[in-house]
Amino acid sequence: MERKNKTTGKVAGIIANLVTVEVDGPVAQNEICFIQHQESDLMAEVIKIIGNSAYVQVFESTRGLKVGTNVVFEGHMLEVTLGPGILSKNYDGLQNDLDKMKGVFLKRGDYTDPLDRDKIWSFTPIAKAGDEVAAGDWLGEVHENGMPHKIMVPFKLEGSYKVKRVVAAGDYKVDDTIAIIEDKEGQELPVTMVQKWPVKMAVRAYKEKPRPFKPLETGVRCIDTLNPITEGGTGFIPGPFGTGKTVLQHAISKQAEADIVIIAACGERANEVVEIFSEFPELEDPRTGKKLIERTTIIANTSNMPVAAREASVYTAMALGEYYRSMGLRVLLMADSTSRWAQALREMSNRLEELPGPDAFPMDLSAIVSNFYSRAGYVYLNNGSTGSITFIGTVSPAGGNLKEPVTESTRKAARCFYGLSQARADSKRYPAIDAIDSYSKYLEYPEVQEYLVSNVGEAWLGNVLDAKDILLRGKEAQEQINILGDDGVPIDFHMRFWKSELIDFVILQQDAFDKIDASTPMERQEYMLSKILDIAHAKLKFDNFDEVQNFFKQLINQFKQMNYSEFKSEKFNNYEVELSDMLKERMN
Amino acid sequence: METQAFQKVYTKITNITKATIQLKAQGIGNEEMAIVNGRLGQVVKIFGDDVTLQIFSGTEGIPTNAEVVFLGRPPQLKVSDQLAGRFFNAYGQPIDGGPEVEGETRDIGSPSVNPVRRKQPSQLIATGIAGIDLNNSLVTGQKIPFFADPDQPYNQVMANVALRAEADKIILGGMGLSNDDYLFFKNVFDNAGALDRIVSFVNTTDNPPVERLLVPDMALTAAEYFAVDKNEKVLVLLTDMTLFADALSIVSNRMDQIPSKDSMPGSLYSDLARIYEKAVQFPEGGSITIIAVTTLSGGDITHAIPDNTGYITEGQLFLRRDTEIGKVIVDPFRSLSRLKQLVIGKQTRTDHPQVMNAAVRLFADAANARTKMENGFDLSDYDERTLEYAKAYSDKLLAIDVNVDTEAMLDISWGLFRNFFSKAEVGIKQEFVEKYWEEK
Repeated sequence: MERKNKTTGKVAGIIANLVTVEVDGPVAQNEICFIQHQESDLMAEVIKIIGNSAYVQVFESTRGLKVGTNVVFEGHMLEVTLGPGILSKNYDGLQNDLDKMKGVFLKRGDYTDPLDRDKIWSFTPIAKAGDEVAAGDWLGEVHENGMPHKIMVPFKLEGSYKVKRVVAAGDYKVDDTIAIIEDKEGQELPVTMVQKWPVKMAVRAYKEKPRPFKPLETGVRCIDTLNPITEGGTGFIPGPFGTGKTVLQHAISKQAEADIVIIAACGERANEVVEIFSEFPELEDPRTGKKLIERTTIIANTSNMPVAAREASVYTAMALGEYYRSMGLRVLLMADSTSRWAQALREMSNRLEELPGPDAFPMDLSAIVSNFYSRAGYVYLNNGSTGSITFIGTVSPAGGNLKEPVTESTRKAARCFYGLSQARADSKRYPAIDAIDSYSKYLEYPEVQEYLVSNVGEAWLGNVLDAKDILLRGKEAQEQINILGDDGVPIDFHMRFWKSELIDFVILQQDAFDKIDASTPMERQEYMLSKILDIAHAKLKFDNFDEVQNFFKQLINQFKQMNYSEFKSEKFNNYEVELSDMLKERMN
Repeated sequence: METQAFQKVYTKITNITKATIQLKAQGIGNEEMAIVNGRLGQVVKIFGDDVTLQIFSGTEGIPTNAEVVFLGRPPQLKVSDQLAGRFFNAYGQPIDGGPEVEGETRDIGSPSVNPVRRKQPSQLIATGIAGIDLNNSLVTGQKIPFFADPDQPYNQVMANVALRAEADKIILGGMGLSNDDYLFFKNVFDNAGALDRIVSFVNTTDNPPVERLLVPDMALTAAEYFAVDKNEKVLVLLTDMTLFADALSIVSNRMDQIPSKDSMPGSLYSDLARIYEKAVQFPEGGSITIIAVTTLSGGDITHAIPDNTGYITEGQLFLRRDTEIGKVIVDPFRSLSRLKQLVIGKQTRTDHPQVMNAAVRLFADAANARTKMENGFDLSDYDERTLEYAKAYSDKLLAIDVNVDTEAMLDISWGLFRNFFSKAEVGIKQEFVEKYWEEK
C-alpha cells in the first residue's frame, strides 16, 4: 500500500461520524486518513469505496466539519507502535498515551506518542553476526519493568535475513539502530527497538500453534476447579448487568498466572478503568513481589469516547498481546465488553445502509468474532520457546438473553463459557457463574487431563466430575422439594440438596473483597474439594429434614470461617478440628 | 433570537418531513444551529450542497420559502454563578421571568474527561434511607437511575435524596415532566430553602418532545461549570430518561435509520453513555453525581432502554410496594450500587459489608418461605422466623420513609438478627459476631 505521493481528497458528505471523501488517486480499504479540520487533524479509517468516493469512519466527533475540507491519505492501515515502554501505560483505543494529553478533557485531534523516545534502555545482544533470522526472531533484549523485553526482527519483514551486526551491550534509546540485517540481495536494513504493525492483521511470526494443554491458574475456584481455562485458551463471560462481570474480570486479571496483563476497557464505564488505575499501582503481584501495574497495560476506550475508536481498541489490545507473546511471555488479554465492540460495528453498518442481520447487527458478525478469538493461543516460537495469549472477553447480552447474536457468535468462537446467572446474583451468590450451565472444552482435551493428573493429583479429575454430579443432583432434588414440599420427599432428597449447597457455599462462592478468600491457590482448592467430597460420601444419620438443614448450615458456617483463614494456619486447623468433631457426632 | 447583520438568509427549502427540513447551502458545519422561521434547528446531515436540519419543535406550518439562517455554532449555554436559582427551557432560555444570564458561552455536549484525569469516587453520600445507605450506598461521582413503574413515588424519593445529599449545587434536568411534577420540584426545593443552589432545565409535556434531546447536555454543561471551574459537589437529577430515549427513536426513525431492539436506534447505548459518563470525581474535589429516573413499562427491565441503561450506570435502584407492611420499599434484590464497595466498611463501620449481605440473604430465605407457604406446604420453624424477620426488616429499614444514620442502621440489623436467628444461621465472620451480637 506504500506509495510515493500521498492520495488526497475533499470532504463531500457528513452523517454523524461517517464522512464521504472524493479522492484524486488510489485508496485502500482500511487505509488511515486525516481530515484537516481547522486547527486539528481528525483521524479516520476507510471502510467502503465506491468509485471516487471513499467512505471513512472518523475516530473523533465531526462537529463543525464542513464539506470541501482537505483530506490526506496515509498509505497504511491503523497501526500500533511496538517497542519497550508499553507496560504500565494507559492508552486510548488508538494507542495514544492518555497521560501525555494535556487538560482535563480529551481534546479532539490530540494524538500522543505511545512510547517515550528519550528513555534510555540497557540493551544486551542475543543474536550475533552471521545468524540467519526471520520476522519475530530475537536480536537482543532490554529490561522493561524487570521483565525481559526482546527486540525482534520486525514482523513486517518476509523471508530470511542474515545478521550483519548487533550493537554491543550498552545504553540506547528506542530509535537507535541496534542491529543491521541483510536480505538475500545483500540489501542492508537497520533495525531499531521500534516497529509498527497493522492491528487488524494477525502476527504469524511463530513456528507452530499446538492445542493448549496447560491449565492457567486464576485463583477463582469455580473456574480452576470446575471449568479450567488454559494458557493460550479462550473464554467468555456473558451476564446481564449487575451479575458481576467486571468484578470477576478484575479478579482474574489480578490473580492469574500471567507475565503480562492487557486490559481492553471497550465501551465500558470510566470509573471502572479508574479503579484499575488506582488499585493496580498499590497491589502486589504475589509471584514477583512487584506492583501489578508494572506488568499491565490498559487500553481505555470508555463508553463516552468516540465509537469508531472503540472498534479499534480490541484490535490494538490484541496486537500488543501478540507482540509480547513473540517474546516468549504468557499474556492474559481481557476485553470488557465485546458486546460494545459489536455495537460499534452495528452503528457503522447501519450508517452505511447495509442490509441488517439479526437485531440489526452486521451479517458477518460471527465471522469477525471468530477471527478475533482465533488470534489468541499457545505458540512455539522459531527458537523453540513458548508464548501464549489467553483471551477472556465479557459479553453483555441485551436483556440478559443468551440467544442474542453477540453471545451466539461468541459461543461458536470461545472454548470456555462462564455464564453468569441473574438468579445467583440476586441471592448474592458471587461469583455468579452458573456451575451447571458453564463449561470448559479443555477438560475434554487428553493433554489437559494428563497435565491435571500429573500436576494436581490422580484423583483430581474424578473429584471434579463427582462435584459436578453432586451439584446437578442437588438441583434436581431442589426442584422436587419445591414441587412436593419438604415433607413430600424422602430425607435423602434433602441430603442431596444440602450436599450441593455445601459445594456451592464453600467452593463456588468466593468473597472477592476478602484478602484471603479472594484468591485460592490450586493446592488449597485440591485440599478443600477432597475434604468436601469426603463429607458428601460419608454416611450421616438424620431423623428429619430439619436436622439435615441445621447440620449442613453449621457445616457451611464452619467451612466459611476456614475459607476466611490463612491455609493451614492455627486458626484454620482449629476450625478443621471442630469440623471433624461435628461430623463424628453425626456418624455415630 | 440572535440574528446578526450580513448573515446569508436561505429561502428555498427542498424537502420537509415531520421533524426535518432539507435545503441547498454552502459552507455549513456539521451539528451547526440554525433558525428556521424563528424555530431552532440543528444540522444532522450534509451531502454536497444538501443540508438536512432537525427542527426541535417540529415542522408544522413551515413553508418551503421559510427564512433559514445558520448560526455557525453548535448549541451553547452561558455559564456563570448567575445560573443558580434559575429555571430554563431546553434551549437554556429563562422561563422564570428573570433576566438573561450573563457569562461565558460554552458549547454543550463537550468532549469527555480524560480517564487518567479522573479520581476514583470515594465519598459516601448519606441519604438517611436505609434501603440506599445500608444496602446500596451512593458515592460522589456515581451515576445511578431509579428503575420505576410510572405509579411509583420516584420523584419524591429523588427530591429527598437531593436535599439530604449535602450537594453544593443540584441541577434538575426535566424531560417530558408533567407540569404538576415541575411545580412539585419547585415547591419542595423552595420549602427546603434550597432554591439558591438549584438550577433547572425543564422540558414539560407541553413542549415538543424532540426538544428534550438538549436537556441533559444543557444540565451537564452547567454541572461541569460548577464542578470543574468552581470545584463544587454537583448533583444532577435527570427525569425521565425513558422519555429522552423515546425522543431519540423519533428522530432516528424520521432519518430512515434501521431500528434495532424495541424500535430504538442502534446507537442508543452510545447516546445514553455520552450523558451518564459525565458523572465524575475530580482530584481537585469537584464532582458530578447523576441520579436519573428510567420509567419501566410493567417492570420490564429487558426493554432496550432500561437494559442499555443498566449496562452504563453504576447500579440501579428499584422501588417496590411491599404489601406485607403496606409501604414502598427499596427492593434489596434488584437494587444495586456498584460503587458501594468503595465506601462500605471503609467510611462506614467495618461490619457493614457482612451485615448487609447477611440481612439480604435472610430476606431472600423469607421470600422462599413465602413461596412455600403460597404453594400450601408446611413451614419449618426457620421459615416462620424468616417471615417475621422480613416484616420487621422491611418496616424498620427498607421503607423509603426511614431516615437514620448508617451506624443506627447497622445496630437495628444486629437487633433483628438477635431477635429471630442463631449465630450460625446468620453466618457472619466471628470477630464481628463477638463484637456486636450481645446487647449493649
